[in-house]
Amino acid sequence: MIVTAIISGLVLGGTYALVAMGLTLQYGISRIMNLAYGETIIIAAFCAYLLVSQLGINPVLGLIIILPGAFAFGYLVYGLMMQPLVKRSAKSGTLEVDSILATFGLLFVLQGVMLVVFGSNYTSYSYLNFGVQIFGATIGANRLLAFVLAVVIGAALYLALTRTRWGTAIRAVAVAPQSAPLVGIDVNRTARFAFALGATLAASGGVMISMYQTFTASMGVIFTMKALVVVIMGGLGNLMGALVAGLLLGLVETLVATYVDPGLTLAATYAIFLAVLLWRPSGLFGKAAS
Amino acid sequence: MSRTIIGFGVSLLALIGLVILPTVIDAYGVGLLLGLAGYVTLATAWALFSGPTRYVSLATVAFFGIGAYTVAVLSETLPYPLVLLVAALLGMVVAVLVGLATLRLAGVYFVIFTFGLAELIRQLVTWYEVNVTGTLGRYIFLPFSATDIYWQLLGLGAVTLLIGWWIGRSRIGLALKVIGDDEVVAAHAGIDIARIKLALFTVSATIMTLVGAIQAPRWTYVEPSIVFNPTISFLTLIMALLGGATRLWGPLLGAVPLFLMFEWLSANFPSHYSIILGCLFIVIVFVVPRGVLAFIEEHSGRFRNRKPEESAK
Repeated sequence: MIVTAIISGLVLGGTYALVAMGLTLQYGISRIMNLAYGETIIIAAFCAYLLVSQLGINPVLGLIIILPGAFAFGYLVYGLMMQPLVKRSAKSGTLEVDSILATFGLLFVLQGVMLVVFGSNYTSYSYLNFGVQIFGATIGANRLLAFVLAVVIGAALYLALTRTRWGTAIRAVAVAPQSAPLVGIDVNRTARFAFALGATLAASGGVMISMYQTFTASMGVIFTMKALVVVIMGGLGNLMGALVAGLLLGLVETLVATYVDPGLTLAATYAIFLAVLLWRPSGLFGKAAS
Repeated sequence: MSRTIIGFGVSLLALIGLVILPTVIDAYGVGLLLGLAGYVTLATAWALFSGPTRYVSLATVAFFGIGAYTVAVLSETLPYPLVLLVAALLGMVVAVLVGLATLRLAGVYFVIFTFGLAELIRQLVTWYEVNVTGTLGRYIFLPFSATDIYWQLLGLGAVTLLIGWWIGRSRIGLALKVIGDDEVVAAHAGIDIARIKLALFTVSATIMTLVGAIQAPRWTYVEPSIVFNPTISFLTLIMALLGGATRLWGPLLGAVPLFLMFEWLSANFPSHYSIILGCLFIVIVFVVPRGVLAFIEEHSGRFRNRKPEESAK
């Protein structure tokens, strides 16, 4: 039982980590606190559902269609909504509050559209719905596949950010947005790109979640919260931290649901969140608070 | 000084008018007035803390729900004034705890924590009700008519505005403005930031708790998902922002048109409600980021610029 709980916790945590990486890109590099992040996840989940149920395309292939769509979506949202706010707040320094409020509005719009289109029912589809034995524990093949995909995508992103010139430019913007233009980096373009990349990661997380979990149009907020908790636990803008914190959160949630009460998982999430904030305000892997 | 007296006189007359109003209009009108009084009070209370400090709090419904639920639990065992007192104390205690834990946090952390607080409390209450008392949902039987509830809310709203006015002209108000502008400067000027923020957060939260407690008898049946509905937090926030959270009358100015509009929308377009709410949010952030009052002042700058010179003479 404990082995099953740990393994399924880690598998769940893999998705959380992936999703949180997207948010950490958006906040760390584009400086946008995107409260509509979870909605992107749910939209992708619904797209995967449509592909499977209407066209019979399996969700892994569906990624090829959904991910570029998500990138375009993120690119568009940044250009239309965030760029004017970024420009305006160059003087007044109100980007944080403005972006929170604007994406808040976006949250309602996206959620409302999904409610109108898909209704408020729980949605799911069946894909690879059989058990697989690992270390004596049985785990759904779809969960396992989701975990493997999360690892592959997460690793690819990590390598791209740490090993390529292009990744170095992105990290430079994260560390010193004022100095980055001095070495010829177009901060605005990089921010827009990072935002779109974040949306892509959210969408990939959404497709994975749709493989093994039921979802509703109004669930986005919960995923935003979880992603935020992971990001903050790991230290803002820290990809490695997001990974560890994501796994940790998945583990804690599964353990609480198994041994305490499934109704208290969210309470456990907040408890961890608060504990980490009080103990280390800059997160587990963040730099020391200034 | 004479302007203050005139202001008070006009406000008092308006208040008297509002007290008499329910006796001349129909039941639907009284219902509208009641909701309006509730939201005006919530928005004003929200702006008490969030306006000057610029800490965007989404915990409104957490306190509102605590108030409503306290009434649901205690209405049959304690006399009503005592129930209100207990609710207020509970809200105060939670506010102090939350404040101590989170007010040291900067912008985003604070928003996120308050964002989740209502959800956390809702989950804890639900868990408690299901596992300990064995029932979800409670009935409230209190012999109050809509008019009674409206009068109570009106009184609370008036007190809230009075508190806001008093803070605005006291040393605390001045200190708050400095904190909102620059916390580092405030700290260097010898302002005890943490204590002032905590005190204000507590006052604001206690008022919100009371609004929930007073409004609770409107629902005869109460459930965690009803009284901890996050939309209440969002509406309060957007109302205060539309009017201008840094002005005393701003939240009221924003709450009245928005409340009436949302009433109309939820009656006529129930399924597109949240899309319209979202668009409105975006428009407000883009067009009037600091509220209608500030917007009007800026855009009528030509006329206003002359005034201070004249009065200086």
